[in-house]
Amino acid sequence: MIEAIGERRFWVGAGGVGLTLLAGFCLAAFAMLLASAAASSWPPFAYLMRIFVFTIEQAVLSTLLSLLFALPLALAIARRPDFPGRRFVLVLMILPLGLPVLPAVFGLLEIWGRTGLVNDIGAGLGSTSRLSIYGLSGILLAHVFFNLPLAARLMLKALERVPSDEWRLAASLGFPRFSLFRFVEWPALIRVLPGIAGLIFMLCVTSFTIILTLGGGPQNSTLEVAIYQALKFEFDPARAMILSLAQLALTAVIFWLLRLFPDPEEDRRGASGRPFRPDARPVRALLLDGLTLGVFLIFVGAPVLAIVIAGLGSNLEGLAADPKFWQALRTSLTIALSAGLLATVLTYAMVRAEASLPARSAPIRLLFRFPEFMLLIPPLALGSGWFLVLLRFGMADGAGPILVVLINMGMALPFAARIIAPELATHLKRTARLSASLGISGFARFRIVDWPVMRAPLLTAFSFAAALSFGDLGAVALFGSDNFITLPSLLYASLGSYRSMDAAGLSLITGVICFLLTLPSVRLESARLGEDA
Amino acid sequence: MRGISLIFATAMAALSPVLASAQTLTIYTYESFTSEWGPGPKVKAAFEKTCGCTVEYVSLADGVALLTRLKMEGGATKADIVLGLDTNLIEEAKATNLFAEHGIDTSGVTVPGGFSDPVFVPYDYGHFAVIYDTQAIKNPPKSLKELVDGNPDEKIVIEDPRTSTPGLGFIYWMRAVYGDQTPEAWKKLSRRILTVTPGWSEAYGLFTKGEAPMVLSYTTSPAYHMIAEKNDRYQAAEFSEGHPIQIEVAAMTRTENEELARSFLKFMISPDFQDIIPENNWMMPVAKTSTPLNPVFDKLVHPKITLSMAPDESAKVRKAYVDEWLAASGK
Repeated sequence: MIEAIGERRFWVGAGGVGLTLLAGFCLAAFAMLLASAAASSWPPFAYLMRIFVFTIEQAVLSTLLSLLFALPLALAIARRPDFPGRRFVLVLMILPLGLPVLPAVFGLLEIWGRTGLVNDIGAGLGSTSRLSIYGLSGILLAHVFFNLPLAARLMLKALERVPSDEWRLAASLGFPRFSLFRFVEWPALIRVLPGIAGLIFMLCVTSFTIILTLGGGPQNSTLEVAIYQALKFEFDPARAMILSLAQLALTAVIFWLLRLFPDPEEDRRGASGRPFRPDARPVRALLLDGLTLGVFLIFVGAPVLAIVIAGLGSNLEGLAADPKFWQALRTSLTIALSAGLLATVLTYAMVRAEASLPARSAPIRLLFRFPEFMLLIPPLALGSGWFLVLLRFGMADGAGPILVVLINMGMALPFAARIIAPELATHLKRTARLSASLGISGFARFRIVDWPVMRAPLLTAFSFAAALSFGDLGAVALFGSDNFITLPSLLYASLGSYRSMDAAGLSLITGVICFLLTLPSVRLESARLGEDA
Repeated sequence: MRGISLIFATAMAALSPVLASAQTLTIYTYESFTSEWGPGPKVKAAFEKTCGCTVEYVSLADGVALLTRLKMEGGATKADIVLGLDTNLIEEAKATNLFAEHGIDTSGVTVPGGFSDPVFVPYDYGHFAVIYDTQAIKNPPKSLKELVDGNPDEKIVIEDPRTSTPGLGFIYWMRAVYGDQTPEAWKKLSRRILTVTPGWSEAYGLFTKGEAPMVLSYTTSPAYHMIAEKNDRYQAAEFSEGHPIQIEVAAMTRTENEELARSFLKFMISPDFQDIIPENNWMMPVAKTSTPLNPVFDKLVHPKITLSMAPDESAKVRKAYVDEWLAASGK
């Protein structure tokens, strides 16, 4: 990329510092865990092979299904930049990942469970056999529920970056639907598909609660279950590390395969904006898009609605009168906003650094993609490792909250990267030459050229990261103290004390807050799409 | 950078635990004990009234997380008391060498099957049991054998022995009843198992949602529904082969706060503490309470036979039993 040397140095330096800190953060935890490892005992090899195969099987299937169903949805929404309730649909695309897993699974079961809505309707229609989702089908269903919206959201962003000229050209050439897809939409999507597929694959590989709760039995276990067992139940860090490495190797193979997709460097340089879509006008197109959207709203909306209804039936006044609830809410918000901000800043620095590096430094550029793999590092390993480090230096007291923020930040990095990286790449390609010729660089460039365009994706990445961190339980469980409670930990504690009503109320509140966290970015993006018109 | 450090400072200020005053008794325990509906807050209040000290809890997710935390901290642990391990974890806990002998008189403690240990003091117990939904099952199984051989359409949710203590309890149960025939029994039972969840909360949630008419839980679970929800829909099935017991124990570490810690252990088996247990921890008390228990507790299943296993023995066979279950439940 063309840019001033000083500017290049600054960004490579900033990204390098970020990368070093992040890698150091992970390595210190691992080193400490391994140093404290005692004798390791291993489960039978046949069992490990079996879960290895099943891990791949379910993750590949989940990823393919999520992408397959996300495609028509993204195409339909991209074709209609302003229908009533569009923002709500966009928020619904982020919401499932923000929800704590167990309440979301319970919501899904309200629809698909043995006593769920689908079976009730089936029975009403006179069907005698009941649908049972437990097993691979349940795992796939839940994974698609969580990941289809994410995939559709990221695909939609790619479609919104298509230069408006292309839409006009296609329209003036009178492209039929398939040609429009073949020559305009597909080339835009193929650039982001490997990244989306990789992200979803990682999410499914490291899935834990869903796999066990809906999997039907130990024949459907994944490496993550074995890692969790090794780390938490038997405190066998060496075994956990080796299993994590197996997981990493497995994912590396998948990412290597994904590279066989067309070169993502190819890019269009025209300005994007409100698409010109006369193909949206015919009644048939309207019906088709309406149907696609309707199916999505029912599939993702119904379980969410079930959570809302259960929550409204709980004692919300009782919760609101409880000081512990407010304390947990404050803590969770602080964690979510800090982790979200850190993840966004760090991702921007690293993605920007990668863009500043010349093409010949390919291996170094590859290093800057490390944050995308953070999901493969078990939060439990980071947490326990760092706990040991701090303990050695006598600083373990009160460090819990900071570690939780950092771990949540780490887990949000892959998402932030998937949102920011493609946007920044397109933006820099469009503006580099012009900025260089005008001699704009440094902070002025960031303020005048980059910020107005990157504001929306940065805010999206921030809200996504914050919503994810808000609903996360994993990291908090390690550092329990009487004064450190979050909303998800309160939720799980109430489930653990028979208080499913309170848990329903807390699930609703968590969902509402995730909704509120994502709203500003959706508004900003919608506004941006409108103003270019 | 300044922005970031500002956020950190704010986070620290908002989150860092309040520093405790003069004499503090630090108790490591699990979350459902210290949650506001658990016994924790009442125990704290009652003990602070007599000890002139401050009780501070550090709560981990569950008993296993508690033990892991101790293994990580080793001698540097802040714990004076560790409360919430169960008998299956005792052997590993002893291996950490962190605990001191309690030296208190535990003659007032009675636990079915008996339990006495120089280090660990029981504070409550419960028997594992299959809880069933009376609206869905008219003829509940009367033995583990009936459960194994019964109608595969009536499902049960159990917990995973790799990740939860009730799951582990069930593995011992199967082994105690079936001995070397256990793998075949697992194969048969697996047709009735709806799913195997990572922990108790997931399993019990599925059960109360109506996903399965049976769940592996405790004989005391119906007490919660009968007392807190005035609902007698969920009942425990009594098995003729007997039920495994889960005894929850506490111990004091080799702490400088020796006297205070010991006085807590004494307090723990006194009526003031034991009164709190039944309707807050939903387990059975191990010693005298000041008033009789809510009559609902008399209606619960009190197994005639208690299956218990010595801690050192259970630690030895655990891995073999879990592997046996994994092999038998495979394809």
